[in-house]
Amino acid sequence: MYPAPFRYHRPEDLPAAIKLLSRFGDDAKVLAGGQSLIPMMKLRMGDIAEVIDIGRLSGLSNIEVRESTLCIGALATHAKIAASELAAGIPALVEAAAGIADKQVRSMGTIGGGLSVADASGDWPTCLRGLNASVVIVGAAGSRKVPISDFVVDAYATCLKSDEIVTEIQVPLPDANTSSAYVAFKRAAAAFPTCSVGVQLTLENNICQQVSLVLGCAGPTAVVSAEAEAQLQGKEINSETLRAAAQTIVAASDPPPDARGSAVFKRAMLETLVVEAGERALARCRGEAVNGGHRYA
Amino acid sequence: MPESVVVDVNVNGVAYQREIEPRLLLVEFLREEIGLTGTHIGCDTSYCGACTVTLNGRLVKSCTCLAVQADGGEVCTVEGLEQNGELHPLQEAFSEHHGLQCGYCTPGMLMASKSLLEENPSPSREEIRKGIAGNLCRCTGYVNIIKAIDAAAVKMQGV
Repeated sequence: MYPAPFRYHRPEDLPAAIKLLSRFGDDAKVLAGGQSLIPMMKLRMGDIAEVIDIGRLSGLSNIEVRESTLCIGALATHAKIAASELAAGIPALVEAAAGIADKQVRSMGTIGGGLSVADASGDWPTCLRGLNASVVIVGAAGSRKVPISDFVVDAYATCLKSDEIVTEIQVPLPDANTSSAYVAFKRAAAAFPTCSVGVQLTLENNICQQVSLVLGCAGPTAVVSAEAEAQLQGKEINSETLRAAAQTIVAASDPPPDARGSAVFKRAMLETLVVEAGERALARCRGEAVNGGHRYA
Repeated sequence: MPESVVVDVNVNGVAYQREIEPRLLLVEFLREEIGLTGTHIGCDTSYCGACTVTLNGRLVKSCTCLAVQADGGEVCTVEGLEQNGELHPLQEAFSEHHGLQCGYCTPGMLMASKSLLEENPSPSREEIRKGIAGNLCRCTGYVNIIKAIDAAAVKMQGV
């Protein structure tokens, strides 16, 4: 296994990187941490003649709070997010970051890279969808900000134009009544999840004011269901109401049968994970400390 | 042929300069360009962790890192653990507790456990298991590997 030959570019700054992307168009690929791109290149997926290494660009890996929003530089590694005190205020974010593959991959892999790959089994597209994140994109025509729901358009496909790069992920900071959870079922640390669920919940006097439910690995892109969310809104959240909403959203999903499990198995697992993630988010809304972590086979 | 690139990489304290193809992987650089064959290629798919080294202090799978990404950086491999003819306490503990069977995963296991102990000098058995989650032992000899890491942690704490 060996990548096909390519030309390597290491631009000095973001404008230089954009210029290279404008010049090479679809022949070019952006290298951040390389934890998705390098395996793909080793499998010789796609024709990649030019590799633009943005891994060393400065100022793109900060994690900071601006205007009630957690702003995460696209080059922040999963390890950095998992250890970030600022990110700790959004438990789903930390659970996703800390559970990606293993320590080796988390030390190199970046949130911007992981999101831009838009793998249907990837953790970031699912987790960030549940947190109503936005994606800041810079290209030759300037910068724009798109909601995560518009960023991922299909499996392995985003709204990025060939001269554009993700520079920042923005996640709204939750208020005191809001919390979240992200749980995946995995066969092994280094494996992609078999299925995953993100939940964000706003609770007032034990009544659900707002909820987002998202399923990962359950279709070409993250699965959401307005019907399932409506089932919970204005209701008390407990294992029964969560189970009913889980059944609704799972019915709207289409998990592909593959080496990780049959569709029947994945549906059952997704339903269980919705309840588990919902209960974790619920406990956190009530101020209880809940241990994070994925489920492993 | 695409143009080659010149890289400078410090490996275990020794500076190396080589002209390479950009597609050369770090593990191939280590094994084939500078002859350090202690770092093993296992799965070559970033799954097994046999090729684990540190790059600028970060634990990485060198089969999933281009050598050009290490340009200007510092790499530590299993050959760098021994100092002045003395085995690293982890190496001693792996030997003493039979923390290896066929030995293929050992270089990666040693690098991952060194990184673990640097962050957490006295890990619980559970934390050790999590710390080496990115490293597979094809002989399934995990019990003694965990025992060895635990013993090394105790010994290193005592020094």
